[in-house]
Amino acid sequence: MYEDFLIDKVYFVKVIEDLAQMIEEKRDYLSGLDSDIGDGDHGINLSIGFREVMKNLGDWQQKDLTFLFKKMGMALLGKVGGSAGPLYGSFFMKFAEQAGGKEAVSFVELYQMFKAGIEAIEMRGKAVVGEKTMVDALRPGLDDFTKSIEEGLEPKSAFERFVAAARQGSEATIPLVAKKGRAMRLGERAIGHLDPGAASAVLILEIFYNNL
Amino acid sequence: MIGIVIVSHSQKVADGIKEIAEEMNHGKVEIKAAGGVDEDDGRIGTSAFKIKEVIEGIHYIENILLFVDMGSAAMNAEMAVEMLDEEIKQKVWLVDAPLVEGVIAATIQASITDSIEDILATAMESRDFQKFSG
Repeated sequence: MYEDFLIDKVYFVKVIEDLAQMIEEKRDYLSGLDSDIGDGDHGINLSIGFREVMKNLGDWQQKDLTFLFKKMGMALLGKVGGSAGPLYGSFFMKFAEQAGGKEAVSFVELYQMFKAGIEAIEMRGKAVVGEKTMVDALRPGLDDFTKSIEEGLEPKSAFERFVAAARQGSEATIPLVAKKGRAMRLGERAIGHLDPGAASAVLILEIFYNNL
Repeated sequence: MIGIVIVSHSQKVADGIKEIAEEMNHGKVEIKAAGGVDEDDGRIGTSAFKIKEVIEGIHYIENILLFVDMGSAAMNAEMAVEMLDEEIKQKVWLVDAPLVEGVIAATIQASITDSIEDILATAMESRDFQKFSG
């Protein structure tokens, strides 16, 4: 079933366009979340990164998925400025690698791409669940995605479960004290606030889901 | 001769620390600032590519010490090093010390000794600098 479910470049290009649009729409919302417990630039930084991506998307999509997402990761790494740069940069660079230079991937390959990307974020940020970071959304999301694949759930349901678990993990950051980033210095003052990185991670996954 | 690369979210901070350290530098250290984002537009942040470029600019130096302020500066410094050619990569030390104190301690020590071990140890000791007595 998973081998027949092919995801082509048209899908990925549309996802990137939608991501850029979403980031513009949510820019102030994400910066607002970041103002509460950080330096207040998460939305604006991502917007600068995705504007750079959109400037080049026309050229990049002429080549394979590995090329496209590697370029995208490098652009985010170079332009974002805050921690989201190296984190999402690493994500998309590893995501790219797993695409194996293809123009289309199977659903299992898409899963492998997310797995490699999320593991790259964990490695780069040295974060684990419970520290009030994007890992709080991504790790439980990935775990449920893995289970869904093992249980043979049909692709859309498997991805839906991925996003739902990530969303739940993101919301679970609200009562947490932060253990990473500048929010760490706030101690209990971080309690009651949604982590901006977890929030943006869920928004990104939703775009991948909505286009499936 | 050693190299020091100062990575800060603020270009002004990186340039300013270089300025302070240069006062103690007797031609023994190539001090370079890698502050702010790529565009040099004053925006607060760090860039792996800018850090990489600065390191490559002093690739001929045997030991290059990287000092960072916090958060994305550390992550981008790691990524910059990972992207370097193997022979340059081997020359780079990520120094887990306070930025201002560490850079200045390393600069002073480099004016006294050529031993990289001594210079690194002195930079690390700056973690415990006491500024006020009692």
